[in-house]
Amino acid sequence: MAFKIASSPHVSRNLHTATVMQRVILCLLPGLVVQCVFFGWGTLIQVMLAIAVALGSEAAVMKLRRRNPAAALGDNSAMLTAVLLGVAIPPLAPWWLIVIGTVFAIVIVKQLYGGLGHNLFNPAMAAYVLLLISYPVQMTSWVAPSTVAQQAPDLLASLQAIFGSLASSELKLYSLGIDGVSMATPLDTLKTDLALGLTSSESLSKPIFDGSTGVGWFWVNLAYLAGGLVLLKLKAIRWQISTGILVALFVCASVGWMLGPDNHASPLLHLFSGATMLAAFFIATDPVTAATSNRGRFLFGALIGMLVYFIRTFGGYPDAFAFAVLLANLCAPFIDYYVRPRTYGHRAGS
Amino acid sequence: MTNFREIAWQGLWKNNPGLVQLLGLCPLLAVTATITNALGLGLATLLVLIGSNVLVSLVRDFVPKEIRIPVFVMIIAALVTAVQLLINAYAYGLYLSLGIFLPLIVTNCVIIGRAEAFASRNSLISSAFDGLMMGLGFTSVLVVLGTVRELLGQGTLFYGAEQLLGPWAESLTIQVWQVDTPFLLAMLPPGAFIAMGLLIALKNVIDRKLAERQPKIETATVTRARITKVN
Repeated sequence: MAFKIASSPHVSRNLHTATVMQRVILCLLPGLVVQCVFFGWGTLIQVMLAIAVALGSEAAVMKLRRRNPAAALGDNSAMLTAVLLGVAIPPLAPWWLIVIGTVFAIVIVKQLYGGLGHNLFNPAMAAYVLLLISYPVQMTSWVAPSTVAQQAPDLLASLQAIFGSLASSELKLYSLGIDGVSMATPLDTLKTDLALGLTSSESLSKPIFDGSTGVGWFWVNLAYLAGGLVLLKLKAIRWQISTGILVALFVCASVGWMLGPDNHASPLLHLFSGATMLAAFFIATDPVTAATSNRGRFLFGALIGMLVYFIRTFGGYPDAFAFAVLLANLCAPFIDYYVRPRTYGHRAGS
Repeated sequence: MTNFREIAWQGLWKNNPGLVQLLGLCPLLAVTATITNALGLGLATLLVLIGSNVLVSLVRDFVPKEIRIPVFVMIIAALVTAVQLLINAYAYGLYLSLGIFLPLIVTNCVIIGRAEAFASRNSLISSAFDGLMMGLGFTSVLVVLGTVRELLGQGTLFYGAEQLLGPWAESLTIQVWQVDTPFLLAMLPPGAFIAMGLLIALKNVIDRKLAERQPKIETATVTRARITKVN
């Protein structure tokens, strides 16, 4: 009779990386759909293109490294990176933007460091930062939400815009027709207005806002929040990171809002604008690049939330999740070094 | 040590100051956005390196060991000032675009490193040759990096060459492909870091291929005549 000898933990769930990644991708879908409703087919096309490029480059690198490409493609991590990058970049950005970004994410940020589990930085966010600092104009031109744009881009027009047979004058139609506010996200608009000396309530009365938050962005963030809550329920991600981000962002934004309501964005606007919910539940929770203990995860999240607030408010860029996540990735080993869980039977700190 | 072939091999490849010793990274990363800048700084460094190696080798027997580093630094600083004035006089455009990195050659570790490690211990001729080879090795890395970054960043080669070589060189500029939106990363320092990493990786790959191609030297293996059984 043979006894099966297994090391602890003795109760385990048979949860593979591929399953976790698949669940994360599925939970992203509601947000993706809402984003398509408000910003047209562009996002979907970007995501599809990104997935194709990501799988292709992952397979190519695995071939070069003389590993089995099927195993790497089967863990769905490249697909998740592609989807995250696809929803993060502007819907009507030219096709080469997402191709450069995805190849950089997979080949340089992920595979050159040794593949899944060895990368120091979140691949999607590193690629986003690469694109943002390389092509600032293309990366900050969002389409206006369909409810306020003069004309919403249909499927054909989106394809033409992305694959480059649409003149920029036609492209302008899909932004707000009013000159001066064309193609800027709500956070960008608010930042520009505050710099011009307007109060935040004056800025919020512009058509891109619906009183308190940006048109469309509120629902997009709500959809990502819903998807994120499902992920938490499935225990595919850790609640500490998401909570840390949202709490820190809320606290910082509230303090700023109370001190100067006229020249600060409200906490509501901070929580439901830009990439807040997407980053809090889907990007920062990447287990490879985050801190590894529970307290460490909370600190990691709180660091991201604080950085986002400070960069959004005082920095040069309207949104800041990519930078904040990368900076926190850098700090993750440091956090892990100082925040160690107490070993059972030992005193804290020994 | 007057083995010139060995000195050349060390400077150009095996102990390349840019790729292997990783010395002088600051100018290496900061000014290699175009070939012209890279070549300009490379040549300036080369000049200073040869001059400092020659002078250090000449004075090596008269300088007390305890104060050799300050003496070397003063020699290098004097040479850098001379080169800086030369570039200021004859290539003013380049002088402007190299900016602070020209006087900073004083602190370039390649130069003080070769003065200390080689010139202070070797004869005049081999020191001068070492300076030439190390300088050429450094310059070639700068130029390769400049080529890659300029090509990726703005799709040209030898942009602004007239600043370095005079008005006739204006026709040297080649537009390899038309770039509507410059790839800014390649022209910014992070791009230099990434390109540098890839260059070092490429060198390591080539080294490994070379090592594989070399015939393996048979080492004498000891064969045991009698094996004692333990159990």
